[in-house]
Amino acid sequence: MSNLVLLTVLLMVMAVAYQIGLVRSKRMSVAAVDGGTRMHSRPAYHGTLVALWTVVPAALIYMVWSFFQPNILNSMVMSQLPSEVLTASDNELRILLNRIINLSTGFGLADEAQAYELAAAEMLRELRNQGNFIMLALMASVASAGLVLTWRRIQPDLRARNQVEVVTRFLLILCSTIAILTTIGIVFSMLGEALRFFSFVSPADFFFGTTWNPRFSTVGTSGQTGFGMLPLLWGTLMIAIIALLVAVPIGLMTAIYLAEYAPSKVRAVAKPVIEVLAGIPTIVYGFFALVTVGPFLNMLGATLGLEIRATSALTAGVVMGIMIIPFISSLSDDIITQVPKAMRDGSLGLGATKSETIRKVVIPAALPGIVGAILLAASRAIGETMIVVLAAGNSPVLTANPFEAVSTMTVTIVNQLTGDLDFASPQSLVAFALGLTLFVITLCLNVVALVIVRKYREQYE
Amino acid sequence: MTTSTQITSEMSLAEKRDIMQQRVAKSLKRRHAQETRFKMIGMGAVGLALAFVVILFATILSKGLPAFWQAHITLDVYFDPDVIKIDDKPVRQSTESEAAFNQRMLAWQTQLGFVNFNRIILDSLEKVIPDAKAYQRDAMRLVTSGERFALRGMVEENPSIIGQTLKLNLLADANVDVWIKDNIDRSLPDAQQQLSAKTRQWVDELEARGIIQNKFSTALFMNPDSRSSLASAGLAGAFMGSVMMMLIVMFLAVPVGVASAIYLEEFAPKNKLTDLIEVNINNLAAVPSIVFGLLGASVFILWFKLPLSAPIVGGLVLSLMTLPTVIIATRSNLKAIPPSIRQAALGIGASKVQSVFHHVLPLAIPGILTGAILGVAQALGESAPLLLIGMSSFVASVPSTPFDQSTALPVQIYLWQGNELRNFFEARTSAAIIVLLSLMISLNALAIWLRKRFETRW
Amino acid sequence: MGAMQMTFSDEKKPTPTSGKVKMAARDVKVFYGDNEAIHGVNMDIMENEVVAFIGPSGCGKSTFLRCLNRMNDTIDICRVTGKVTLDERDIYDKSLDVVQLRAQVGMVFQKPNPFPKSIYENIVYGPKLHGLVNSKSDMDEIVESSLQRAGLWKEVKDRLDSPGTGLSGGQQQRLCIARAIAVSPEVILMDEPCSALDPIATSIIEELIDELKGSYTIAIVTHNMQQAARVSDKTAFFHMGDLVEISETREIFTNPKDRRTEDYITGRFG
Repeated sequence: MSNLVLLTVLLMVMAVAYQIGLVRSKRMSVAAVDGGTRMHSRPAYHGTLVALWTVVPAALIYMVWSFFQPNILNSMVMSQLPSEVLTASDNELRILLNRIINLSTGFGLADEAQAYELAAAEMLRELRNQGNFIMLALMASVASAGLVLTWRRIQPDLRARNQVEVVTRFLLILCSTIAILTTIGIVFSMLGEALRFFSFVSPADFFFGTTWNPRFSTVGTSGQTGFGMLPLLWGTLMIAIIALLVAVPIGLMTAIYLAEYAPSKVRAVAKPVIEVLAGIPTIVYGFFALVTVGPFLNMLGATLGLEIRATSALTAGVVMGIMIIPFISSLSDDIITQVPKAMRDGSLGLGATKSETIRKVVIPAALPGIVGAILLAASRAIGETMIVVLAAGNSPVLTANPFEAVSTMTVTIVNQLTGDLDFASPQSLVAFALGLTLFVITLCLNVVALVIVRKYREQYE
Repeated sequence: MTTSTQITSEMSLAEKRDIMQQRVAKSLKRRHAQETRFKMIGMGAVGLALAFVVILFATILSKGLPAFWQAHITLDVYFDPDVIKIDDKPVRQSTESEAAFNQRMLAWQTQLGFVNFNRIILDSLEKVIPDAKAYQRDAMRLVTSGERFALRGMVEENPSIIGQTLKLNLLADANVDVWIKDNIDRSLPDAQQQLSAKTRQWVDELEARGIIQNKFSTALFMNPDSRSSLASAGLAGAFMGSVMMMLIVMFLAVPVGVASAIYLEEFAPKNKLTDLIEVNINNLAAVPSIVFGLLGASVFILWFKLPLSAPIVGGLVLSLMTLPTVIIATRSNLKAIPPSIRQAALGIGASKVQSVFHHVLPLAIPGILTGAILGVAQALGESAPLLLIGMSSFVASVPSTPFDQSTALPVQIYLWQGNELRNFFEARTSAAIIVLLSLMISLNALAIWLRKRFETRW
Repeated sequence: MGAMQMTFSDEKKPTPTSGKVKMAARDVKVFYGDNEAIHGVNMDIMENEVVAFIGPSGCGKSTFLRCLNRMNDTIDICRVTGKVTLDERDIYDKSLDVVQLRAQVGMVFQKPNPFPKSIYENIVYGPKLHGLVNSKSDMDEIVESSLQRAGLWKEVKDRLDSPGTGLSGGQQQRLCIARAIAVSPEVILMDEPCSALDPIATSIIEELIDELKGSYTIAIVTHNMQQAARVSDKTAFFHMGDLVEISETREIFTNPKDRRTEDYITGRFG
């Protein structure tokens, strides 16, 4: 609440400071014109500069202060506690601190507070009030100093615009580092947790183990078993392969038909309608697999004399294939239309039919790009979660039969990290090891695919 | 005749041509058949892809639309003062402090909480089913249990209805809904039926008398999730959660993404570092969403100790996930602005920053908005990363701040599809999907409209 | 005229024409949408002679050339009326197969467009499609003879498996000519075959055309009047979609009948 008030005050101060700078600058520019000189910057820049110097340092003080104050105050209070209380274990001390904080904020306790707790809470409250007062005083003085000093600097030759632009650029750079930070965050957070996992389970057992059954291992004992990743990796690959077997022929032929044969009206309707498939949330596909495709395949199997489970690698793969059709078709469409017309004319001029031209000239010429598109689709299929969570059957066994239930890396990540598991056990940490493996696999596929596609584009540009 | 089909080197050009023409003519039939076949395969592929779209939507619509109409029982409800024995609702006295008033109010609400509203419902049922009291358990299976809280809410809102009789449409139990919609096999033996024989008989009777009817239900939109009263489980909580997360994405991912795209496209020098950023962003766009969930679990939950299941964490995770999409869309829009605009601005003495912010950016805004909306829509449909930050837990309230426990629309779909009462929840899940898809389609339509409205051709 | 020095084709080698009309156009009009690009062209092309189409940019000469093997079919909005015959058969007749037509009337394009395949595969592409070759030896034969005719054999015989796109511009264009020859066409259409080439490569191609005449009927579009004079027996001058005049090349360059032709060849516009 008080944060919100402070924020509002800061914004108001900012607006006022801007106006003050603006007014002075405008007056000065009138004077400057009379004196035969010109202002270097427009009034708006002077206003912005004043506003920035007024508010930004104060805001920084606030951030730093509120980051450090609680810890400093807490340790000050804890050091004042009676010595016999301080002998308790770390955990108990943490509980005690929480009780004191609750008392001091007026939140109250469930039971009666000890006298020393009340005293400590009182002290904490005092300290906090003092601290907040000092902080506010500091902020106010820094803000007014900034205001006055910058106000006085407003002269015709002040290069306010350049200074404001430096700040703008700095902000822009800051924003573009966030993408990098995200990648670093992904790698390090997963690496950290994965390493903790490998302190329980040896990497060899994890990467080459053929049994996935972590439930039977007990926490704390060394030599955890049942963490073999291979069944999950195999399930992932099997489903991705089935998905590609569905999506590549349909997607590619769709792209070819729409790019080469379809009248422009058909293309204008069919292309966006098919691309709708790409925008549908994966949970919807999962549900579709569960209630429609699974039972359908099951029934189909029954009429053919095959035993197809309703939730199986096949179900998940087929539905995932449907999901990535637009992915393949629109990427391939782009790539096919980039093949120069001269190439087609050369073939047609020799008397080739349209399909011969497409099969023997256009597709071979577009092949690198199409391979890139397929790799991107494969990476998407491998990382897909919700469809497999609902439709793959969650049975982590090594089987070559696509009609059986399987499990995948993504499903297992979800299973291991939902529910009330504690983050210190290998049962939860394994999710990070799996995530890291998944990240590396998809990263490799993406890098290779992007390089291929980029090379292809450059070839025809 | 063999000589005319063999080409030998001593033949004249004219003879060779004759033979070749014959061979071309011979190949024609096969090749045209091939051409037709190839074209048919192409048409088949397009047809199949279109059929998938149609089947998907038809399935969802046919399963989900009926769920917007639910079985209601129309009853004359008598708010019997003998059952609802409570004091008058407290009114704040001018001399009273706020705390004291709250104390009195709380006491009154507690008193109200003890009232047996089941009795009120049972009394009302008795008016249409004379032997309701004899088979109390069976009778109470007719109305969903959440309705007693609805009645209590009415009294709390307006205590003057005590003593009155109101004609109310009470939401029937989920199993009643299943029964009258024929979503369960009526020939199943009693042991496998959810409703007792008595209840089923009453339902058929009441339906015949027009007392049980399918009516459009607002429960799906107005209520949060519920496990005790399945018929009144709704999407309000998940919807609020999704809205909060979308707002967070809009206020975080969009400005940051646009800013970094501006830097990379307009200011950044071409060097190894910016190349790396470029590759990094393209890759980030293709990282599986679940990896972002792992990032959220370890960074936001484990390190920063943010609460589990909170929209703030979901919003942050989805923002990071949407960021590359926004950056890529913005960059391609900035690229499409012809360099002449920049040169013109620089030519009249604008600085680089001014040329970008005053001239280039305003022209790119419609395209950037379109990209941003599509990014937000994508975030709206995402569920995998949210499962990992605890958003798949059951939450029976509507969150009021981003720090409260909440779930999201796609996650609610995930939760509902797993509900044991399949006969009821298959339809309700489909209805939830319809709501989600409608939201996404509206967002996409907005994006398309923006693009069409402000489209500029260079 | 005076200052321009021309070398004429008939000074080198007389063309042995049979005097038979190979292709004929009667009142050919071409429309792009509603826009009429060619206004009723009539023309006879004799067997085994070389006809050059000249005229300013956009005069319709390339469009007309593309009518002769129905390459305009590949452009959706393009429509052709009138009659074009090959050996007295209407090539726009429904009963005629465009595949067969193009096997008889080959085409070489402005920009060399070898397929992204090996030199060998480029040559056998057409013969394989049309079922002209049955064995490896047939193919080897056809590759060698076509490259020989195109004057490329000596340069590439040791690297038939390297990609056709790796050759120089002039070599690529000769590869495209060899590719066209490989299916033994009767007519070869050339659409500014030298415009993307340097002078040396151009003169090699011109020599090649000279070699080919007598065996093939050739129609060539060119921007370069000297080229037309050097390689062709007859020259047709197009202007704004009209065929202004067509006659013996020497005649057109020394004694043009139409004022527009004279203006063009003396360089008053172009």
